[in-house]
Amino acid sequence: MHEMSIATAVVEQVAAAAADAGAHSVQQVRLEVGELSGVVPDALAFSFELARAETALEDAELVAETVAGRARCEDCGAEWPTGMPPKLWCPSCSASSVRLLSGRELRIVSVRWTEEPEPVRVLEEC
Amino acid sequence: MCRVVDLQQAVLARNDEHADRLRAELAARGTTVVNLLSSPGSGKTELLELELATARQRGVPVAALTADLATENDAVRLARSGAPVKQVLTDGLCHLEARMLCGHLDGWLPEPTRLLFVENVGNLVCPASYDLGESLRVVLASVTEGEDKPLKYPTAFGLAHLVVVTKTDIARAVDFDEGAFRANVAQVNPGVEVLLTSARTGQGIGTLLDRALAAGDGAPVHRPVMAASSAHHHS
Repeated sequence: MHEMSIATAVVEQVAAAAADAGAHSVQQVRLEVGELSGVVPDALAFSFELARAETALEDAELVAETVAGRARCEDCGAEWPTGMPPKLWCPSCSASSVRLLSGRELRIVSVRWTEEPEPVRVLEEC
Repeated sequence: MCRVVDLQQAVLARNDEHADRLRAELAARGTTVVNLLSSPGSGKTELLELELATARQRGVPVAALTADLATENDAVRLARSGAPVKQVLTDGLCHLEARMLCGHLDGWLPEPTRLLFVENVGNLVCPASYDLGESLRVVLASVTEGEDKPLKYPTAFGLAHLVVVTKTDIARAVDFDEGAFRANVAQVNPGVEVLLTSARTGQGIGTLLDRALAAGDGAPVHRPVMAASSAHHHS
C-alpha cells in the first residue's frame, strides 16, 4: 500500500508551502486523483489521517476529487472514456495513436490555511 | 486570515525530480538503469541471473540491485553470475523510490557499469507509481499468472516500455493463451513489445539484453499512452 508514501508526500509539500507563506494551520487540502493514477482514494484518506499528525495539517480535511480517464484518437479525432481497466486503442478506427487526455492526475490543487493577520501599524495616536 | 491558495503541485513531483537528476547523473557516467517490475514468483531473479551472466560473457559491465522486504536470498543467487550485486531491504516498504535508490548507489555503484538492473520489490501495484531514473521499465508476467494480468494491473503494464513473458517452457502445460495475453497488453499499452522468455531454454535472454543496451545507447524507447499524459508530469 503506497498510499502512505503518497499521503506523506502531500503533507510534506503542503507543510512546506504553508511555512513559506507564514501559515500555521491548514484547514483543507484539495487533491485531484485520476482514475488511472494507481491510487485508491479510501486508502489515501486513511493514510492522510496518520500522516498529518503533529504537523501544520493536523486538523486539515482532505478532499479528493476523482478525475475520469479520457482518451482521444489522433487519427480520427474520436474521444471516449477509458474506463477501468482502460481501453487505450481507438474504438472507432482501431488506430493505436492515442493520447490520454485525463486520468493520471495526482496533484494538490489548492489548500485553505490561516495566515497570521498583517500587523497593524499605528501611525498616530490620537 | 483564512486564504485559499492555488498550489497546483504534482504529488510525486519530488520523486520525479530525484529520478530525473539520477538519470542525468548516471547517463554522464555511462550507466543505464533497467527497472524490473513483477508480482512475486514471476521469475525476476532467475531471469536476471541469466541476463547478468550473458552480459558478462559478452564483456558488458553490469551490476544489479535487488529489493526485498526481507532476506538476502536474491543477492546470494544473483552474485553467482559474478556481477556486483547489492541487496536492499525495505523493512516492509512495498516499493522503491528514487531518493532511496540514490542513497543505495552512493559509494557502491562500480565504475564502469553500463547497465544497472534494479529488481524492484515483487509487487505490481505500488512500484508502478515511482520513476527510479530508469531508461527502460520492464514488466514481467509468467505464463502461470493468467492472461488477464495486464487488465488487473493496468498501471504497471500501461507504463511499461517492454513487457516480458517468463517461463514459456511450461506455457503448454498451463494452457497459456499467448494471443489473449497480447490483446490484453495492447488494450492498456498499445504498441508495446511483448518478449517471450524462458530461463530453461534461454529463449529471449539475449534479446532482452539487446533491448537494454539499445536503450542505453539512446535508441528510441516505446512511449506508453499512459505515460504521455501531461496530467501526471505537470506541464
